[in-house]
Amino acid sequence: MAKVPSPQELAKVNYQIPAQDWLHTKPEFRPGTYVNAAQPKWLEMINYPYPRAWSVTDDDWKLPPDWKEIILRGMEERLDRFRSLKLFFDICVRCGACADKCHFYLGTGDPKNMPVLRAELLRSVYRRYFKTAGKLLGELAGARDLDEAVLKEWFYYLHQCTICRRCSVFCPYGIDMAEMTILGRELLSSVGLNIDWTAASVASCYTKGSHIGATPQAFKDMIDFLAEENERITGITCEVPINKKGAEILFITPSGDYFADPGSYTMMGYLLLFKYLDLDYTMSTYAAEGGNFGWFTSHEMGKRLNAKMYEEAKRLKVKWILGGECGHMWRVCNQYMPTFYGEVPTFLEVPKSPITGTVFEHAKVHRMVHISEFTADLIRHNKLKFDVSRNAHIMLTFHDSCNTSRGMGIFEEPRYIINNVLPEGHFFEMPPNTIREKTFCCGASAGLNADEYMETRMKGGFPRANALRYVAEKYGVNHLGCICALDRATLPPLVSYWIPGMEVTGITELVGNALVFPDEIERTTDLRDRPLVGFEEAEEEEEA
Amino acid sequence: MTDFLKTRFLVPLVAVLALMGLAYVGVQANLQWVLGVVIPYLALFVFFEGLLFKIIGWARSPVPFRIPTTCAQQQSLPWIERTLADKLDNPTTFFQVLGRMALEVLTFRSLFRNTRTELQKEEKYPEGARLVHWSYKWLWLGAILFHYGFLIVFLRHLRFFLEPVPGFVKLLDAVDGFLVFTTPTMYISGILLLAGASYLLFRRLANPQVRYISLAADYFPLFLILGIAGTGFLLRYLYHTDVNAVKQLAIGLVTFKPVVPPGISSLFYMHLLLVSVLFMYFPFSKLMHMPGVFLSPTRNLASNNRWRLHVNPWNYPVKIHTYMDQENEYREAMVEAGIPVEIQPEAAAEKE
Repeated sequence: MAKVPSPQELAKVNYQIPAQDWLHTKPEFRPGTYVNAAQPKWLEMINYPYPRAWSVTDDDWKLPPDWKEIILRGMEERLDRFRSLKLFFDICVRCGACADKCHFYLGTGDPKNMPVLRAELLRSVYRRYFKTAGKLLGELAGARDLDEAVLKEWFYYLHQCTICRRCSVFCPYGIDMAEMTILGRELLSSVGLNIDWTAASVASCYTKGSHIGATPQAFKDMIDFLAEENERITGITCEVPINKKGAEILFITPSGDYFADPGSYTMMGYLLLFKYLDLDYTMSTYAAEGGNFGWFTSHEMGKRLNAKMYEEAKRLKVKWILGGECGHMWRVCNQYMPTFYGEVPTFLEVPKSPITGTVFEHAKVHRMVHISEFTADLIRHNKLKFDVSRNAHIMLTFHDSCNTSRGMGIFEEPRYIINNVLPEGHFFEMPPNTIREKTFCCGASAGLNADEYMETRMKGGFPRANALRYVAEKYGVNHLGCICALDRATLPPLVSYWIPGMEVTGITELVGNALVFPDEIERTTDLRDRPLVGFEEAEEEEEA
Repeated sequence: MTDFLKTRFLVPLVAVLALMGLAYVGVQANLQWVLGVVIPYLALFVFFEGLLFKIIGWARSPVPFRIPTTCAQQQSLPWIERTLADKLDNPTTFFQVLGRMALEVLTFRSLFRNTRTELQKEEKYPEGARLVHWSYKWLWLGAILFHYGFLIVFLRHLRFFLEPVPGFVKLLDAVDGFLVFTTPTMYISGILLLAGASYLLFRRLANPQVRYISLAADYFPLFLILGIAGTGFLLRYLYHTDVNAVKQLAIGLVTFKPVVPPGISSLFYMHLLLVSVLFMYFPFSKLMHMPGVFLSPTRNLASNNRWRLHVNPWNYPVKIHTYMDQENEYREAMVEAGIPVEIQPEAAAEKE
């Protein structure tokens, strides 16, 4: 794996514009700046076209002979199917308002990472083949032939977009690079150009149940292990029902939450919360994945993975679905899921909290509730007893995840929870232009959290990390909270690179820390086995 | 000057100058009928046909998913407050969408959010640098001045086409010209239009990033509009032409009884030709952002997807991996792990 340059080096971003016209510059596939090509076995598992062994650094990408026709036909089809694409191709005035809004541009300084220019990479081909001016005037009209170099450029830059939509907040016409990136990646996919990290996750999720490819029994093992951890720390036994028919609620969360730290602590938080409430719920080995890497490659694959949620809810005869903390999962659930399904899922009921009686009217078609909505409602109705001093070692700031922010708008629910589980004066916001709808991406979402991509990830995450640095220096913030499992996978390497010592935490983990059970053992540590404030010495003695 | 700047900047500039030259030559060759009647009619025809063609083209493609960019708190639990601003930035009802669109179209709401990010040295930080995100309203201001200037100038011109002149046009005239320090009165809108367009051009050239992304299609409309505003300015303040004759021409056009009265200067025909070209160019250019913004799916949709079903007209069934596929593959291991199954292993074995 390529060595990542030091933070001092990466922070010297060069924003100088190249002398050569962008129509003619070509990307350099340097290790650390691209994600590996997908192995054919993954594509075969999901019936994706043109599986083959190829490598990004090869000159010959072994494209099918008629690749150009496939791409152009694909573009035409998508223009007919998506008004967004047609419109976003036609109405951009290149004002450049989006330019310095993109974390990849701010981190790399590469002008083709300005969303406007990233979109022009696609538009230039659109003009050449679909617009009279482009056909007649060629380059003068900003049009260019589709050749392999252009395709490689698409591959490079469409995988330097995390579908975060920050540009679309600032665009005066709402042009959304995310939309063009997904459709552009669909085109790449149609000629067998996929990245391994996404393809592996998608194929594993499709065939086994989750991105990490855990079998049903391995899934249960992981969950049981976390339940045991809970018991060790709190003395509370929380058995987790799996594939239980007739449960009231189906709980679905991203595999990141039960697979690895620090997501696993959030998972422990969920389990404690459900135990505390004595909730009649079940998890599923089939709908074992909340996240949806499929949506990062195509709308169709997004739907093929998402379909499992309703299918499983129907099979298990639950009343409604509760969703865990995840960013793109909730973009898909919020803006795509019922539309994918095509009708109201009448086998479910309108979600109603069995504890507070609150009917989640805003989810009356979707029939799925976000864990933060669910928890905020519980707190509002005084149903949870907290000992906030158990979070006294935490100075928190909150990272609004891209998808829950700009594809949903869930800002207040997590903040309400935070303010109730932390001692007063332990929560600080990052600068206003870097949070809420203007939040900066972790730099590695949308299927880009591959290890071989670390250099670009660290660059893309620089704006986020830099805003975090500000509150770390100013207020002594030591934890970055988020409601996104991908964040919990991508932010730890980011913060350990830019701000060593900073920790990343889910919000339900904090809930789990603070929740007071009547029959619990004395707690001396948090869910991560770190001593609570006041118990540091006891811990040291034990170690001695 | 790089090659691409030469072609992208100079070609449109020369094109606009050539158009003006063409108008001059046309007048010398007594082609006033062509310049004053044929081309304007053609321009309007192309404009309306083109506009219709493009908008219908857009409208023919469906909006498969409801994808508003949510720029504020969602509507969820009743006690979570949503301010008016929240409702306009993350609308959930038709009227809130209307409000969002009105803000977008009339006040350039999104552009108003604009920031400018600067990488500064910061000795206190180990990495030695910090990103500062300044609020940056100049682009918004330039755009507002330009567009409103243009709109008022456009509306004022109705006095040439309508007899009697409607009250609101007269009022606009009076308000616009309240600074009476020249004869004829100086219109503020004209100044705004010229200043706004000049700023937009200046910015395109001065900002290296924007210069890098600019195409001939970005300079051409700017030169065209500067040409129109410039010739208009000259006609009004320096090289007057016979305004009555111009009005006769204009009324003739709108009443479909075209006449070409004598005494109209070549400068006016330059003005008119540039305007005609602008109209013809409009439907095939980025100027379509004007109608386009109304159709933008990230702006004009209500964020109510969880309680109102949005139907995708081309939704099609997809191949999925079913639960039974999973169970069939892992049945015994599942049973061993204590996970309930649909079909017990014995029964499954019997089936086989």
